[in-house]
Formats: sequence, structure tokens, C-alpha cells
Amino acid sequence: MPVSISNSKLIYEALKECDIRLLSALPETWLVHLIRQAEDDPEMILVRLAKEEEAVGISAGAHFAGVKSAMLMQNHGFLASINGIVSFAHLYKIPLLMLISYRGTHGERDPWQTQGGNVTEPLLRALGIPYSFLDALDNVKKRIRQAQTLAESSLQPVALLLTRDLMWEE
Amino acid sequence: MLRLDCLRSVYSQLEGCLVVTIMGAVAAELQSLGHRPNFFYLQHAMGLASSTGLGLALCLPEQTVVVFDGDGSLLMNLGTLSTMARYRPKNLVHVVFDNESLLSVGGFPTATSTGTDLEGIARASGIPRMLTVRNVGSFQTAMTDAMQGNELTTIIAKVEAKGPAAFVTDLSLLENRFEFRRHVQSLKKRQ
Repeated sequence: MPVSISNSKLIYEALKECDIRLLSALPETWLVHLIRQAEDDPEMILVRLAKEEEAVGISAGAHFAGVKSAMLMQNHGFLASINGIVSFAHLYKIPLLMLISYRGTHGERDPWQTQGGNVTEPLLRALGIPYSFLDALDNVKKRIRQAQTLAESSLQPVALLLTRDLMWEE
Repeated sequence: MLRLDCLRSVYSQLEGCLVVTIMGAVAAELQSLGHRPNFFYLQHAMGLASSTGLGLALCLPEQTVVVFDGDGSLLMNLGTLSTMARYRPKNLVHVVFDNESLLSVGGFPTATSTGTDLEGIARASGIPRMLTVRNVGSFQTAMTDAMQGNELTTIIAKVEAKGPAAFVTDLSLLENRFEFRRHVQSLKKRQ
């Protein structure tokens, strides 16, 4: 599978360095190595979801408990979470660190991913969610740390788009 | 059976728990009995009260977490039952007030009024312990057992489609949210 194992490890290390102790996830191809690392990590509470919107509630519960969390999802999972983001995270000022695999952009071969790729950034902007990209080895740790810091200080959802350049080796 | 009578019957027992409710009648009725800093009312995001309780319960295994859910909310997020069942935190009590109605928008019937069986769905989702209660005495006993027990429990409480005259209270959403988190943090410091 040409999903980058080494870059997935780097992302996971960065999450650990941010003291993330709960990770909620719904698997998709680009996220498999990240989820496997969480499975093998006894310090991490991994919550496998039925649908991504559940993660908004789970992360809110973790925030109330004083536990830092992150959400792993595909951009279609972000689309499926929007009501929870607006009517919980925004309404109640809940910090969310959302790592979103950015499918359906340049280089995408799966036709079914392409429409979601078109609307991801416009929707993030419409929702007023600050976002940046994980697209190169030398910025992964810094951008994850910065996103987590902003989520905690602003008490709002912050997104990181995991790009093909970082996640896929071909 | 009235939901308010159910809440009243366990109100004193809720003092030592972390309580998450759904919006509408449940939130307003619990507040009418007396707000406490350990009560969080999720006044929107239907379906996510149980997910919030799951997050709390997984992160704070030494605390008892009680979720007051409803049929309308649970039907919006049935997947939550499979996620709760997967991790089955022993410290989580999931109560579903089933009035077979979307009461706060005018009483439109939900699918539980036409045969959908939430206890059956909970069982088939893998929830380890579940029961349906139809009177206040049974509700109180079920709650005591679940709170003292050592197993994730879903209690379906069949209640009448009656609620308070008003749903908006004078407790602001953010005040509730910050007070609740501060309360949870104070419990951690005490340990």
C-alpha cells in the first residue's frame, strides 16, 4: 500500500508531542497507519466511530475531562460532521483538532472522491474554521503544534488538511 | 409515567455524577428541579449527548457519567450505540426518555411510535445491559442498579409526551459549559 508509513509516523509523533491522549477515527486509506499506531499505543485512547460526527461529542467530553484529543477523518467525514461542529463545537466553544485527509484533489484517481475535494476548502472557509496543510516533512510537527495551540487558545475547531504530497508515495 | 417524576426520583443520586442531557424538555425539567455544576445540557447537536458522555466516561473512568437521552435524539445517531457497546465503559449510564415524540417541535411522532424498538436496537448493537421501564419505581431501581453496577447500561424509560411550558431557561449555554468543565477539573484536583 503506497500510503507513507514514515510520514504517518511523523504525524503520530507530533500528536504525541502535543500531549494528545484520545484519538477518534473512522478509517480511510490514507489514515490506516495512523490508526494502527494508536492501536499499538497503550497511552492512547482510540475510539473507532460509526460516523465522524460522533467525534465532536467525544472530543467535547474529553475537553471537559481535561484530556487533549484529536479527530482523524476523511474530508467526507468532515462533511458528515458539520452539524456537530456548528451546533456543538462552535456554539459551546469547544476546541477540536481535526486532521482531515484531503481526498479528491489533484492526482485523485477515485472518481467518487472528487466532488468532496471541490468543496472542502470553501466549506472550511464558510464555517470560519482556521486551516492549514500538512504537505511536507519539514512542516508537519510545527503545523500540528500550531493548530493544537490555536484550538486550545481560541476554543474552536481548527483543521489540518493531510495532502497527497505527504500521505501518498508513488 | 412523567419524565419529570423520573428525574425527581433520582435527583439526589445525581449529585455525585457527571450528567449530560439533551436539549428541550429534558434540560428544562432537570433545571427546574435545581441546576447543579455537574449538569451539562447539550442544547443542540441532537444525537451527540451520548457521544459526549462516552468521551467523559472513557477519560474519567473513576467518575459515574449519566446521559439523559431521548428517542428523537438517539434515532438521529443510532451508531452511537455501537460505539458505546464497542468500548462499554462501566461507568456510563445511558438513559433514553422515550415519549415516542419530537415533543419540543409540536409532538410529531417518532418511529418508536410505529414499532421501532430502542431496547432491541441497543441489544443488537452489543450494549451489555439494557432494560425498558414503565413506572417511576422501576426507573428508580434501574438507575440505582446501573449507577452502582459495573456494566454499561441503557435504560429505556417510556414516558408520556408531556413537557414543561417553556424550554428556554435563564442559564446561558456558555455559562453552563464553563462551569461544568471547571467542576470536572475540580474533581480531578481532589483526587
